[in-house]
Order: sequence, then C-alpha cells, then structure tokens
Amino acid sequence: MIVIDGLTKRYGGHTAVDHVSFTARPGRVTGFLGPNGAGKSTTLRILAGLTPATSGTATVLGRPYHRLPNPGREIGVLLDASAQHAGRTGREILRVAAITMGLPRTRVDEMLDLVGLTQDEASRRVRDYSLGMRQRLGLAHALLGDPDVLVLDEPANGLDPAGIRWMRDLLSGYARDGGTVLLSSHLLHEIEVVADDIVVIGQGRIVAGGTKEELLAGTGTLVRCADTARLAESLAGAGHHVEHVDPADAGAGLRTDADPTTAGLVALAAGLALTELRTADGAGLEEMFLQLTAQTQRDAHARETAGAAA
Amino acid sequence: MSTAATTPATTPATTQAPGPAHAAVTDTATRDARRPAPSPIPFSRLLLVEARKMVDTRAGLWLMVGIAVASVLASAAVVLWAPDSMIDYSSFSTAIGIPMAVMLPIIAILSVTSEFSQRTGLATFTLVPHRGRVVAAKLVNAVAVGVLGMVVAAGVGALGNLVGAALVGIDPVWDVSFALFSSIVLGNVLGVLVGFMLATLLRSTPAAMVGYLVYGYVLVGLTTMLASVQEWFADAQPWVDFNFHQGNLFEGFPETGEGWAQLGVTAVVWLVVPLALGLWRLVRAEVK
Repeated sequence: MIVIDGLTKRYGGHTAVDHVSFTARPGRVTGFLGPNGAGKSTTLRILAGLTPATSGTATVLGRPYHRLPNPGREIGVLLDASAQHAGRTGREILRVAAITMGLPRTRVDEMLDLVGLTQDEASRRVRDYSLGMRQRLGLAHALLGDPDVLVLDEPANGLDPAGIRWMRDLLSGYARDGGTVLLSSHLLHEIEVVADDIVVIGQGRIVAGGTKEELLAGTGTLVRCADTARLAESLAGAGHHVEHVDPADAGAGLRTDADPTTAGLVALAAGLALTELRTADGAGLEEMFLQLTAQTQRDAHARETAGAAA
Repeated sequence: MSTAATTPATTPATTQAPGPAHAAVTDTATRDARRPAPSPIPFSRLLLVEARKMVDTRAGLWLMVGIAVASVLASAAVVLWAPDSMIDYSSFSTAIGIPMAVMLPIIAILSVTSEFSQRTGLATFTLVPHRGRVVAAKLVNAVAVGVLGMVVAAGVGALGNLVGAALVGIDPVWDVSFALFSSIVLGNVLGVLVGFMLATLLRSTPAAMVGYLVYGYVLVGLTTMLASVQEWFADAQPWVDFNFHQGNLFEGFPETGEGWAQLGVTAVVWLVVPLALGLWRLVRAEVK
C-alpha cells in the first residue's frame, strides 16, 4: 500500500509536483501515466526519500519511507536502471544490496535466475550492459528483499518486445500474490496493458484517475452507419452527447456517451443499419491521454512523438 | 476524483487513506500484514558494506593495486639510489608514506563522490534512508584506511630497511620512534579527512579531486612562498594555516601546548566546520 497525500514540490518559482494525491493498493498494479517532465519521477523520488517534499506526505505500508527499519525488505524501488557504478559487476551490485538487507547469499542467484541474467552476464561490469540488461538487473535489485511493494520508474525502457511481455507477466503475477505495484510510464499502451488502476499526471497535477474500467467507460461508444448525419441527429435527439470521430470525414463515424446497447436501440428506432458498434476502447483512452496532457506538451513535435509512441 | 484507487474496505487500520470505500476490493491485502516489520540494519553491517564498496569497483581495485605497487617501487628506489648513509628506516617509511599520503585521501573521496557521480546513491540511500548513518560508516572506514595504510607502509618500510641494510652490508638502522609514527598516522588521517570533507562538500569526483590537489599541493606552495616574503603572514601562519600543521605532523607532534592549540584552531576552521556543513548539505541534498 502506498498513500500519497497532498504532495507538493517547488523548485524556486516552478512547481514540479502540485498537490498530488493517490493510493496504490495491494493486489493491484497502479499505472502512473504522464508525459515527460510531468512530475512522475519527482513524485517517486519523494516517495523513496531521495527528494525532500515541500509539503504533503507519502507513506509506504502506513509509514513514511525513512521510518522503514529495513526498506529493501518492504519496498523494492527501481528509479533509474542506469544509476549503478559502471565499474561494478551485476552480481556484486546485488551482493552489496543483499548484505545491506541481511539476506542470504543464495538470494542473489535466485534473483539472477528470475530476471534471466546468466552467471556469465552477472560477472560482467555494468558498463558493458545494454539498457535492457540494466532494467533486468534493476528489477532483480528491487525484488531482492522479497518486498510487499514495488515502485518502478519507466521499467519497460530498453526492453525488447519479449522482455516487455515478460516484465508485464511478472508484475501481474506479483500483484496477484497480493503485492502493491506502482509503475510509471509516458507510454499509454504500456500502462493500459498491465495496470488495474491508472493515475494520469500532467504539469505536476493529477488530471485523471480511477480503475482502468472506469477510465475506459468514460470514453463512450463508437458507432458508424451509411447516414452519419441522421444517426447524429437521432442520438442527439435521444439526449446523448455526440461528436464526429474525424470532423473531416463523416464516414469515420461518431463517438457518443451512450452505451453500445442504447446507441443500437436508437439506431434501430431511426431505421438505420449500423456498420459498426463498439466500445471506444484503447483509442478513447489514448484520446483522453492526449487531451489531458496536450497543454503540458512542450511543443507540437512532443505531441507527435507521444502520439506515435502511444 | 483525485485518487486513482480509493481505499478498499479492508484497508488495515494502520494505513490512512482518503476516499470512500470501493466496490472492487481485493482480499489479498493480507500481504501488507503478513510479516512483521524487519529488524533495523545494524551499523556494523553498514561498515562492512561501505568497506566492500571501496574495493569492489575497477577504480577501487586499481587504486589499491597502485598503492601496493607504489610502495614496492618506493622501497626499491631507496635501495637503488639512496647513499649508504641514508639506508635507514626513516628513509624507507618516508618514501612509502608519501605515495600513501597522496592516494589514501582519493579512496576517501571516491567513497563519497561515487554515490553522486556514479549515481549509486539512488540505490544506497533507498536501502538506507538515513544518509547520516551511511556517511558515518564511510567516515569510520576512511579513517581506518588512513591508519591501516600507514601500518602497511611501516611494514613494507621495515622489510625494505632489512633488505636494504643487508644489501649494503650494514646493521639496519631503526630511527623512527613510536611517537613519530603516531604523529605521521595523525597527519595522514587528517589528510584523509580533508579529502572526505571536500567530497561531502562538493559531491562530485572531479571537483573534489581538483579541490584536494589545490588544497594539498598548490596551496602549500603559495602559503610557503607568501610566508617567506611577507613577515606578517609568517607570523600569522601558525594560527591560520591548517596545511602547515598537517605537514609538520609528518616530522613529529607539536612540541608546545601552543602548537597543539594552533593545530586545533586551524583544524576547526579548515576541517571541522566545512565537514559539518558538507554533511548537513549531503543529508538534505536531492539524490538524482
């Protein structure tokens, strides 16, 4: 369990994190979504006691981080996989952490096996690791103390598609066992496929939050038929909000806040044959993400990048 | 709503979370309460970990190798080139002590700055959020390295002295008293602490290295020159120049109470106060 309450961080006149509050619950994967520079990493650093907050609190398992007697045994933190001494071997990094936490030596090899690093790779210095290997090592480091809570900042960075799939399964399994997972990403798709709960941050503020189902439900229904104008009229006449998916192309259909059943009945009553009727799922959430964070984007290029990446 | 996941009805009483009870409750929250809180990390473990971190990197390893090689080379140089009259213990211990005095503070500097320059602090300070304890462990280890280094220098020097005397065909001359050895150890430990102080203050490997070289070598030359041309500075130097006293410790302890007082005063100004400031800032710094 992680509880962030009214967390604020100011750097001079700039407010990087602005009254951020949310809860990551046990048994769930909570996705922390936002564009680059939105305040995700700062929030996570404050949570882990690396950055002092200007105001507000963050607790792990009911306690502020610095009150955890042996934090590695209760919370696994991976904030930046590249933040390791380049001249130390992967195994040595885990060994030092294991000694700090008071864990048996065998735990290091168990974790290496778990994250798929070979003994040979573990004997190499981190300087020679790919980003994907560093992420695996970082995850091994976070899981070493068998913690109840995991906090991961952009863990999918540098992993190949198979690696991303593996990470996703591992985190889902971890949450199913009752663990709390909080992971951040600037990629909507990453969060969407793994998270049970989603928190969206933009310009340091929480702009949306809820279960994935709640956020998806809010995105409405997509309907298409040959006569878009009459369908729009009928839906609006029935008291539903209607908008064109693409104003320049009527054939792209309509998005409405009516649920699919209602939208179908409205079309039936109007004598219109629908060519498509479905929940506006991923695309809707993507739309929402882009909308919610549009004003936080640095420029049009950044928006394009976020759109293409998501 | 502002919270992503509102509080489940089964939230353990120890956690306080805002928001109404949520329908989608998992009953796996028991993982939170399943185990008792682990016992705190003892300081002895931090000492062990920080000592290990001094030597388990490539840089740390080569620094140790470098010190060992320098000691042997220094002994060999004395045997080869010193006149027979200078084949005595003080020649050997000085020849070995000088590279040690230069290199040991670097170990102290790296132990602190690498947490920031190599960004290992992210892991170190999340595993041990009380940074003061980590830095205290590093400080104890740095002092231990300063003392141990000199003991090793004394041992290698003794060996060199025996070999050198045998080669030249004289009885070995043991002209370093325990008092002199102790003062050299103190001078060396103070040098290590200066390095440590600069590391906590600057938190960057290159900056601390340059600072240490300027402080330990460039500044000495400047103050020596200044004292030789400006009488007022020559008079004031004992009360303001910590370097001056630290250097003198390699020749023996201060002979007067005033000498000790001057060492103490300059140490407070040049070492204790900046070290306190450095520690204060390090504990509060943002680790990125």
